[in-house]
Formats: sequence, C-alpha cells, structure tokens
Amino acid sequence: MTLPKFISALAKPILGLTLAVLALTAPLSLPPTQPVERYFRVEASQFAYSPGVLQVNPGDQVTIDLVATDVVHGIYIDSYELQASADPGQTARLTFTADQAGLFRFRCLVPCGQLHPFMLGKLQVGPNLLFLRAVLLSLVGLLLVLWKKPLPIASI
Amino acid sequence: MEKTASYRFDLTRYAWVRRLLTSRWPQFILRAITLAGFVLVILTGFIGSPVGSRNFAVMFVWIAWWSALKLIMLPFGGRAWCSICPIPMPGEWLQQGWLVKPGGKKFNLGLRWPRRLRNTWLQSAGFAAIGLFSALTLTTPVVTAWIFVGLIIVAVVVSVVFEQRSFCRYLCPMGGFIGLYSTMAPLELRPQPDLTLVEKGAAVREWPRGCPWINNPAALKANANCGLCLECLRTETGANMTLNVRSFDAELGQPGAFRLDEAFLSLGLLGSVMIYSAVFQGPWGALKNAALYAGSPAWWGFAAFFLLASFGLLPALLAGASALVRRTGNLGKPLRMVFTRFSRALLPLGLLSWIAFTVSFAFGKMAYLWPVLSDPFGWGWNLFGTAAVEWQPYLLSATPVIEAVLLVAGLIWSGRTILKTAEQLGVRGERRWAAAPVLLFALAGTLTMLWLLIG
Repeated sequence: MTLPKFISALAKPILGLTLAVLALTAPLSLPPTQPVERYFRVEASQFAYSPGVLQVNPGDQVTIDLVATDVVHGIYIDSYELQASADPGQTARLTFTADQAGLFRFRCLVPCGQLHPFMLGKLQVGPNLLFLRAVLLSLVGLLLVLWKKPLPIASI
Repeated sequence: MEKTASYRFDLTRYAWVRRLLTSRWPQFILRAITLAGFVLVILTGFIGSPVGSRNFAVMFVWIAWWSALKLIMLPFGGRAWCSICPIPMPGEWLQQGWLVKPGGKKFNLGLRWPRRLRNTWLQSAGFAAIGLFSALTLTTPVVTAWIFVGLIIVAVVVSVVFEQRSFCRYLCPMGGFIGLYSTMAPLELRPQPDLTLVEKGAAVREWPRGCPWINNPAALKANANCGLCLECLRTETGANMTLNVRSFDAELGQPGAFRLDEAFLSLGLLGSVMIYSAVFQGPWGALKNAALYAGSPAWWGFAAFFLLASFGLLPALLAGASALVRRTGNLGKPLRMVFTRFSRALLPLGLLSWIAFTVSFAFGKMAYLWPVLSDPFGWGWNLFGTAAVEWQPYLLSATPVIEAVLLVAGLIWSGRTILKTAEQLGVRGERRWAAAPVLLFALAGTLTMLWLLIG
C-alpha cells in the first residue's frame, strides 16, 4: 500500500475518533452564574413527586421541604447520598450545596406501595452535559456511517 | 478454525463439548433447577408477602431473571434461556412420555399448528398484553404467580393437542422477543457448512423425532426459530450439526427475508421499551398510576396509547420513511419488502435500547434481592444472613454513561445495517443518502430513548 492510499484508508477512523473526542470534550458549559439560594416544596404522593424535576445551578444552596400527602414517603438523592423521610402530613427538610453538576435521580426511600421502587424525580444541576454529548455522539456516529468511502487525498 | 462468509468457530470440534451437549443430563439438571426456581416463584407469589419489593416472586422474576436475560443470556447466548426454560417441561413430559430420555406412553394428539397462526402475531399480542399490565405485573406477587401458572397450563394443553414445541414456537410471549433479538447473538446451531444436498436430504429423512422446534435442522440458516434444545445433536445424524461462535453481526449483516408479523414485532418491541422507560424511569406520577390501575379510565387511555404508539404510530412512520427511500432511491421493490427489511435493520437499536433500559433500573433495584433471598416469603426468615441488608443503589455514577454508550452503539449498528439493507434493496453509491429518512427514524428513536433515560 502506498503512503497516500494508507493515509486515505486511515481518514475515516481518524476523523471519527477526532469528532468523537470533540463531542466528548467540547466545552459545552454555560458561563458560571452567581450561586443563589433555592427553595423547593416537593409534595410526595403515590407514586410521584411534585414537582418531579428540580433545576438548579452549580453552587446553589438548595433547600427541599418534602411533604408526604398520603402515606410515609422518603427521598434519596443519587450521588449526593442525601436522604430524608416524612410521615403523612409532615414535612422533612434537606439542605445542601449543589456542588456536583449533572442530572441526578431522587427516589423514594420508604416502601410506600406497589410502584414504590419506581417513584422517581430528577435533580438537574447545571446543563445536562451527558445528554448533550450523547446527542452529539449520535450525530457523529450517523455521519460516519453515511461516509462510506475514504476521502480523496486532495480533500483531506 | 474454518472461515466462511463471516467468522465462525465450531465449538463442537472439541469432543468433550460435543459429549457435554449430546448428553441430556446437564441440560436436564439445569432445567430441573430452573423449574424449582419457578415453583418457588409460584409459591411465594401466592402465599408470600404481598409487598413486591419484599417478595421473592417479583424480585427474582422481574429484577434477577428479566435483567439477566437481557444483559447476558440474550445478547451473548441468543435463545440460551429457551434451552433451559422450565415452562414447557410438564407438557413435554406428557407429549413425549419421558423425563430425560425417549420412551414411555405418549399423551399427544400431534395436530399441526394452524397454518394461519404460524407466525409471531400471537407472540406480539402476548408481549403487548404483558406490557399493558406491566406496572401491575412487575409489582404484584400474586399476578406474577398467576402469569406463570397460566403459562404452564397453556403450554401443557398446547403440548398435548399440537405437535412438538408449538407453544414455544408460536405462543410464548417471551419467545417472539427472544427469537427476534437472538438474530444478533454470537452463538448459533447450524448444519456443517460442507454438507452436500444429498447429505442434507438424508439427514432430514433419518431424523428420528424431528426437530422439537419444527425446523429442518439440515437447512437451518437463522437463529429466530431455533430454541437451542440441542436435540438435533443427539440424533444419529447429529454429527452433521455444529454449535458455532460467530460475530454479533454474522446473521444480521447478511440479506434475509423478514415477514410482516416480524416487522410489526420489531417495531412493537422498540415502542414498548420507550413506554416502559417512560413509566418506570420517568418522573410522571399520572402515567405510573394510569399504568398501575388496570380497568380505570386512565388505564384505558394508557392502553390505547401503548398499542397505538407501538403497533400503529411507529410502523406508520417507518412505512412513510420506507416510501421516501423507495421513491428517492428509485427502487423497484414493493413497499412491503422495503418496510419489512428496514424494520429488520432496526433490531440492533431495539435490543440495545432494552439493554440500556435494563441497566437504568437493574443496578438501582438489585439491592432488594438480598433480603428476599434470605426471606423469600417475607415471613421473617434469615436463611443466608442477608435479610437485614439495607437497600442501596449500585454503580450510580456509571449507569447513565453506560446507557448513553449502549444507545449510541445501537444507533450506529442499526445505521450500518440500514445502509447495507438499502444497498441490498438497490440503493447504490452516492444515492445512499436516499436512506436518510430511515436513518432519521433511527436517530429519532435513539434521541427519544436518550431523553427518557438520561435526559
């Protein structure tokens, strides 16, 4: 194989790798914002939290008042490993600094009925970079799938 | 090592492997163990704790077995589960008159399965029915127990009335799911590649019992309908059959016919996993309650949406995309053929979506298993000292990344297969952009799953 042909054959994997690395490392974050205090009153009833999605910025001081409206419910925030539980009609408070960015699920901690293992909510701290990068990777993947022949040398 | 169109490695070239597979005892022992497990599931379902997360039936079937099936057995072993499934055992004993080896009095009318039903429509209906009641089934021990009792009764009746494993081939609701996705498994049972037509004919004539899965083993080319029961290896002409390891793409990468019923099942499974993800991993309480309270007005709405989206909307969208490809690619093939072939190309996205969905909940729920292993009935036992193990999720930070990688891999695999399919249908060279509508369909499916699981 001649050198130009060799380079041409490598074009697709090299471009693919480059685009994939770009998709995974591109600085997608928004400019940092001034941390603020955030307060959420989250009502828990079989088998959902209301609101079910909480959005904050990195560094925010977050207070969640969990109110159980029917039976005993709990809350456990993934990765933050914070937890609390509230009796019916009672309120339990969680206060923390949102120092980990990303999307985290929170889930009921106390068996509360049939769908208890699937009682979930979401805490989004900053932009959901994993989702954005996965979307970018999907597009890169499809482009590479479509690009069947190696680029001619002249166009590299 | 032999090399044909794609890589294959014959495991049965080793005498000890062939001995292990041709002996009925290892398989019987495994099936006896799974049968014992299923009996325990039925018992705990009926008389154990009614709380799903404290009951062996729910945790064993829907967390342990269902996850192991999708994460390990199906992607790596194809129909490996069917090989050791206990559900057809009682019916097969009656039908064949034997427990382990042939012989004894048979109870079987031996009727052929009705010609009109020799497809996967009934399996699609069964899988959809499980989906409609999934929130109830996955959380209520007694419902799980009734499902297994029902499956065993139906399997016995079908085995007594109809020939061979008609139940597994045409009725089992999991059979369609496993069969379709086993196309991508790196394991296959096939005739020796160098068999002559005369030898193949002789093999068919000399087959003593016939294939329990109603195949002609000498002409076996696809995994979907081979249950890996291994009976063909145990016949006089069994030396002509081999168990091969192959690449994941060995079968799907080749041109292959796909029936309309299989196309609808493929799309139905893709739609089902999206709805399962929304119900079980989403934050929408109203949707969860609608799925849970069967018979309520909200449930009827959920059922209608489930069926219309999975078996109506997705096929309609793919049919539209196929029509565009057919038009822009100047294909002379019938729309039905274009539609069915493209639905086959979406199998990788479907399988990897199911695996990603499983990853999203399995590690979070796995810790519920340890207490029920020690206390399967929820009666306060502590058999293995794990009854008091507290719930904690595993691999929390890794699972979203794994889900994303799986879904993107599924898209790329399906994308490649879509382009190969387009080429096989007559789309050539620079016109491969004509396949873009189907690629966009796959991209939309992937983005939907990404949004549901990590968005």
